[in-house]
Amino acid sequence: MHPMIQLESLTYAYGQGTPIFQDFDWQVKHGEAWAVLGPSGCGKSTLLYLLAGLRFPTSGQILIEGQPLTRPRPHTGLILQEYGLLPWATVRQNAELGLRVRSFYGPDGKHSPEDFQPVEKLDPWLDRLGLLSVNDKYPSQISGGQRQRTAIARTLALKPDVLLMDEPFGSLDAPTREDLQNLTLELWDEQHLTLVIVTHAIEEASVLGHKILLLGQPPNIAPVVIENPGSRRPDFRHSVDYLDLCRDLRRRMEV
Amino acid sequence: MKRRNLLFAILTLLVIWQVGAWLLNEPILPSPVSVAVTFYNELVRGELLEHFLASLWRVAISTLLAIAIAAPLGLILGQSKRLNSLFSPLIYILYPIPKVVLVPIVLLLLGIGDLSKIFIIFMILFFQILVLVRDRAANIRPELVLSVRSLGAGRRALFRFVYLPASIPGILTALRQSIGTAVAVLYIAELFATQQGLGYYIYFNGSTLFNYPAMYAGIVAMAFMGLSLYFAVDWLEHRIASWQFVS
Repeated sequence: MHPMIQLESLTYAYGQGTPIFQDFDWQVKHGEAWAVLGPSGCGKSTLLYLLAGLRFPTSGQILIEGQPLTRPRPHTGLILQEYGLLPWATVRQNAELGLRVRSFYGPDGKHSPEDFQPVEKLDPWLDRLGLLSVNDKYPSQISGGQRQRTAIARTLALKPDVLLMDEPFGSLDAPTREDLQNLTLELWDEQHLTLVIVTHAIEEASVLGHKILLLGQPPNIAPVVIENPGSRRPDFRHSVDYLDLCRDLRRRMEV
Repeated sequence: MKRRNLLFAILTLLVIWQVGAWLLNEPILPSPVSVAVTFYNELVRGELLEHFLASLWRVAISTLLAIAIAAPLGLILGQSKRLNSLFSPLIYILYPIPKVVLVPIVLLLLGIGDLSKIFIIFMILFFQILVLVRDRAANIRPELVLSVRSLGAGRRALFRFVYLPASIPGILTALRQSIGTAVAVLYIAELFATQQGLGYYIYFNGSTLFNYPAMYAGIVAMAFMGLSLYFAVDWLEHRIASWQFVS
């Protein structure tokens, strides 16, 4: 079986500058939860946009389930830090946007999967994410946490198998952030997702990443991968292993 | 605009007008009461309504034309950096030219009928709408466009679900900003070579017949038209862009 995501000697540079990735190889297997950790400017967001098919490698290639990625793939979901919601649409309209885009094109296999059935129900998702009570509110009327829940509902309603998140909880207060991190892991488990989450926060990477890809100042040539099997334990956040891991990551990032 | 405040503004104006009429005591400034009587008579028995409708039609048709042509162009320019930088200089050269200076040329080229009047108002609204819609479309956050693209949207769906709804407040703002100018220019356009419209009515009564109450009735009708158009835009805004007014 092909790995879910495979980077083959990927090189990516903005213009003539130092490449952000150079001959970079990396693999993500089905159902893994990865955190990509690094300081700003390390290229972690670029990596996510590459995986989403919104940017393209300078050389080398990205394979998703063995297929070269040439455009945004219908089964890949992307959630960004903020501003991803339509300000003129209600929570419900925002959450159904993906389904409407799919109905707009029909099952053409390009914008929307060939087996797309325009009957998928949104209410269970709004319910699961606790949004039914605010479904007729606009994004400006709800909290940051609810906005991210809306973005999650919109993406998961499309039944993705890969979920990419770019600093999704960066602007939230600590309790909301923790809450949404737990929710993300629950949904990852429930929906059999392959998760890649980009973050600059060591704590977040430790909690969400069963494997952690550490990026540094460009060029990134060989992937630095930290296994984090302990994070599958429900009480990991309060364990000594967690503190050790955070300390280890902090030390590595300072180098 | 609150109804109570509007009523207050109208009352204040009427009081100032009445006091002015008493102080001046000349036929050139009749009292609001005599203008109101004339207004009623001209509306019911005279031709004021016809002139009003002729003017309203000119403004309405040029507004619709301006939206129909300028909004799509603004959308196209706003979502393409290349096209925008190509056409921006042209727009900025033409935009500040007061369109009213072109009245004689337009009359010469398009004749003395409705077409020339409609075209002049159209030009004013066209640039306002073009620039505002373009800027709305250009200022959409890249995160929003990327998110929607990641949901599978190509160019067509982006237009339908992002650029088009984003431009509607721009169109309405442009209309609100240009209604005053449009009505003012309408007056000037209707001075030339026409016997229909409020501009003609005001000028003819004021400068040829010296019927001042009728002239003021025409001015009141013009103010009423501007105000109604403003309220129409306001109403539309609350109906189709209500998300802007929530807190």
